[in-house]
Amino acid sequence: MTEQGQQNSKIVKRLLLLVVGMFGFGFAMVPLYDVLCEITGINGKTSNVAAVYSEDEKEKTEREITVQFVASIKRGMPWEFKPSVAKMNVVPGVVYKTSFYAHNLSNDNITGQAIPSVAPGLAALYFNKTECFCFNQQYLKGQEDVDMPLVFFIDKDIPDDVKTLTLSYSMFNITEQVKAPSSAAP
Amino acid sequence: MSAAIDSHDHDDHEHHGAPKGIKRWIYSTNHKDIGTMYLIFSFLMFLIGGLFALIVRAELFSPGLQFVQPELFNQFTTMHGLIMVFGAVMPATVGLANWMIPLMIGAPDMALPRMNNMSFWILPFAFTLLLSSFFLPGGAPNFGWTFYAPLSTTYGPPSTDFFILGVHLLGISSIMGAINVIVTVMNLRAPGMTYMKMPLFVWTWFITAFLLVMVMPILAGVVTMMLTDRHFGTAFFTAAGGGDPVLFQHVFWFFGHPEVYIMILPAFGIASTIIPTFSRKKLFGYSSMVYATASIALLSFVVWAHHMFTTGMPVFAELFFMYATVIISVPTGVKVFNWIATMWKGSITYETPMLYALAFVVLFTIGGFSGLMLAMAPVDMQYHDTYFVVAHFHYVLFPGAIFGSIAAVYYWMPKWCGRMYNEKLAAVQFWLSMIFVNLTFFPMHFSGLAGMPRRIPDYSLQFADFNMLSSIGAFGLGLTQLLFIYVLYDCYKRGKPVDAQVWDGAEGLEWTVPSPAPHHTFTVPPVIK
Amino acid sequence: MALIRKLTAAFAMLSIFFTGSLVQAIEYNMTEGVTEISQSAYDIHMLVIYVCTVIGILTFGAMFYSMWAHRRSAHPTPATFSHSTLVEIIWTTIPIIILIALAIPASITLIDMEDTSDADMTILVTGSQWKWHYKYLDGEQKDIEFFSALTTPREQFEEYNGPGATKNENYLLEVDNSLVIPVNKKVRFLFTSDDVIHSWWISDFALKQDAVPGFINDGWTNVPVTGTFRGQCTELCGKDHGFMPIVVEVKSEADFSNWVAEKKGEIAAAQAAAAAAAAKSWTMEDLMAKGKEVYEVRCAACHKSDGTGIPPVFPSLVGSPIAIGPIADHVNIVVHGKAGSAMQAFGAQLTDAEIAAVVTYERNAWGNDKGDLVQPGDIAASKN
Repeated sequence: MTEQGQQNSKIVKRLLLLVVGMFGFGFAMVPLYDVLCEITGINGKTSNVAAVYSEDEKEKTEREITVQFVASIKRGMPWEFKPSVAKMNVVPGVVYKTSFYAHNLSNDNITGQAIPSVAPGLAALYFNKTECFCFNQQYLKGQEDVDMPLVFFIDKDIPDDVKTLTLSYSMFNITEQVKAPSSAAP
Repeated sequence: MSAAIDSHDHDDHEHHGAPKGIKRWIYSTNHKDIGTMYLIFSFLMFLIGGLFALIVRAELFSPGLQFVQPELFNQFTTMHGLIMVFGAVMPATVGLANWMIPLMIGAPDMALPRMNNMSFWILPFAFTLLLSSFFLPGGAPNFGWTFYAPLSTTYGPPSTDFFILGVHLLGISSIMGAINVIVTVMNLRAPGMTYMKMPLFVWTWFITAFLLVMVMPILAGVVTMMLTDRHFGTAFFTAAGGGDPVLFQHVFWFFGHPEVYIMILPAFGIASTIIPTFSRKKLFGYSSMVYATASIALLSFVVWAHHMFTTGMPVFAELFFMYATVIISVPTGVKVFNWIATMWKGSITYETPMLYALAFVVLFTIGGFSGLMLAMAPVDMQYHDTYFVVAHFHYVLFPGAIFGSIAAVYYWMPKWCGRMYNEKLAAVQFWLSMIFVNLTFFPMHFSGLAGMPRRIPDYSLQFADFNMLSSIGAFGLGLTQLLFIYVLYDCYKRGKPVDAQVWDGAEGLEWTVPSPAPHHTFTVPPVIK
Repeated sequence: MALIRKLTAAFAMLSIFFTGSLVQAIEYNMTEGVTEISQSAYDIHMLVIYVCTVIGILTFGAMFYSMWAHRRSAHPTPATFSHSTLVEIIWTTIPIIILIALAIPASITLIDMEDTSDADMTILVTGSQWKWHYKYLDGEQKDIEFFSALTTPREQFEEYNGPGATKNENYLLEVDNSLVIPVNKKVRFLFTSDDVIHSWWISDFALKQDAVPGFINDGWTNVPVTGTFRGQCTELCGKDHGFMPIVVEVKSEADFSNWVAEKKGEIAAAQAAAAAAAAKSWTMEDLMAKGKEVYEVRCAACHKSDGTGIPPVFPSLVGSPIAIGPIADHVNIVVHGKAGSAMQAFGAQLTDAEIAAVVTYERNAWGNDKGDLVQPGDIAASKN
């Protein structure tokens, strides 16, 4: 190869490395996005691992926050799905327990996945679930029903301007996906 | 006939000139021929994309659905965007780069001539694939050129996979073209041409090429994620599997915002070439112009979420993106002021390239003003996804990028073919374009402010007058481009021969070679003073 | 000099035109809306326009002046200056200052817009292809829920074979069930979607938020005047994106309470009527007639009056596996919808009698001729 050719190759190799790097960065943005959402709580995503509660979480003041519960069924999901209570007044730092009721209206066995979302988005960071049906897939035989528990506490560091927090669950039918060998990405 | 590989040495090439027949074009490794092919291809795509726009505007001429079903309408708006962005604007600027960069830096050709050939020939394949999707069951892509998930993933028609493949192909073409430009500019400048002596068009393309190399792979990534979501069980963009549709928008716009600067930076370079020539005065603030272009390119990476103010981002993120976006107007403004300072106390004549370049400055700035308005996040809640946005980006793209390319064609055409176009006819073509482009897109500001959403085939009655005006303008604009074809054809066949200098105020190495430029130029590097 | 006279005349004409249109400027301009937030948004909008106008006049003024004064015939010898660091600093710094000045009111308004705390009531807004669903979550209006779909008749907008019926005043902006909220109360909205991303917008409130499937966004408004306000979906969501408007009626507190009571009564009456219709036994004739009626209004938009649909996205029902296969599957898909497609869950939108009728119709029309007859009683089992 000529000298000119060699000099060209050098730059081409570096640029190709940049191309591959940026392609990888595009994919890296996916976990990066998840990490950023977890750290900052933006986008209303709550964690899907159980939080740990310790006694020094207890809040000293009498502040109360209203937590609303919303449940919706997604298309192609023949279940009934509703919160047992529509709202609760909670004190940050104290553990509460509630539940959601699900009933498979069809005669088929169906697997569901509940996806949580919190509004206002930033409050998600402070909403800690120690036990949640959304951590696992829910399997219901035909006509079966179930009460699914949710145990949570609100972080005492939650900003003062959050007075109402809404936790919404969307229940999706994932029966097809769990049958297929390649299951949904985490 | 003999084998395609030509075993002549350099001297023989110079004597023989260009090879003959179709092989000249299919096997070409000549930057001038490849540049010409890019330009012709992009103009063809411009006409096709324009045809789709005219179908849209015909439907929107008056309230009610007269010509196309809503699902077909969505296909035309989508394909109009895709064809114009990826098939017209980008290849046109690549064509200009191919023709002019080697000439401007005194190089015999691009650094990687065979890759250059491949870069071009991928495009007809990619666009045949994309356009053929109209004939597939379910029709062409119908989810907007921005193809948000899950409309494009879960709910997309079968042709979406053709679309994904097409995007991969044209991404590869763009990346290869950009690598070629970078290597050429870095390694093939004539001795004595330091970076800060390069013409500004070379600078803007050099920077554009880095943007391309960095963001086209992101586009490739996002369409790959679409593909796996559609067919391989992943859930990048669906909540059911733990994904997020808004993630799509982040990744897409991380590519998408630099992409719009990729489309406009070469036009900045063209304006910076034409205005000094016809003002007979050097470009004002050369180094500022270089730094401003570089700042715009860098800043373009941190503003992407200004397309997403209504997605429910937290306040601090919206504030950040608002601030970053308004900051970009500073280097952009600097460029506008420098162009005006170039004209100031010059000695100005108004040949057609100059008319287009001046129109570019004025109308692009108006597009910039509406961009500043859009950047104001609280008000963007009222503008987002309305025709106000459509007005903004058409101002920066049509009288922006496209007028820039048309100006360049008028400016360099005499160098390419050795003949001068008919100035009177070209001026008429300019004035018609000027009138019709404003008639088409200015009313869109008002229909947007009045509340008309984007991407709708029918609208409520208060938007009727504005839409009628836009539609009339659009048809006029379309017809004017046919006149453009005639002016070019007339130039090529009957134009008066010109000498090397062509324009008396022009400077640069391209004006030192004969007109038409010989098939091979600068086989011996020039000496730069 | 003739040129100057011509230019002056042109300028004079343009000025008259612009002044004249300024008088009518309200029609060209964005709405000020009816809320404090919409007024703030409008104020920032006008502020930026004024700033841009001034910058434009100065910049284009200099440019047009130069185009005239420095034309070759008037200025044959060009100057030779080509840089000035001082000037570059000036025209970099001044814009930065202007931008900071603009960013301050914009930031304040944005922070206000995003503050959904201390709301008086909450409403869940769910977008789907191609209608909205509203559900009141608290207060005396708790659990009132309904769909809100376009009511402009097809005859008004389908003009493929010649002009359609006369378009009425609220063409494409009218719905069957408006969203009703009380005046002077802070209303918090939760937005989500059943399928693709939609966007809910009322320009008079300056409230626009995307409805993202699987996630909730929030927003709020506080409307100080009663009235009817209209908006549209503002995110491309498929073929009928332009046909899913939003209508909000703001009522006085007393009127709102009355409406709540009325609506509850309406819903109860509809449920009673549906139950009565479901309890009786329907003849094939009645089922086919009712089924055709329901089909034309609810199904024909996608599956077409002749059942051929727009495959593959909107399948044909003529001889289709669903329409001539097991009745249970047919009922299931109508009641619960199909994930990943535009086929909605009509269980919540149609009565048992309507579902039974439309399923019967689909199984027997267009040559399907199954002879099947579905009674409303059969539907109840699938829903509950």
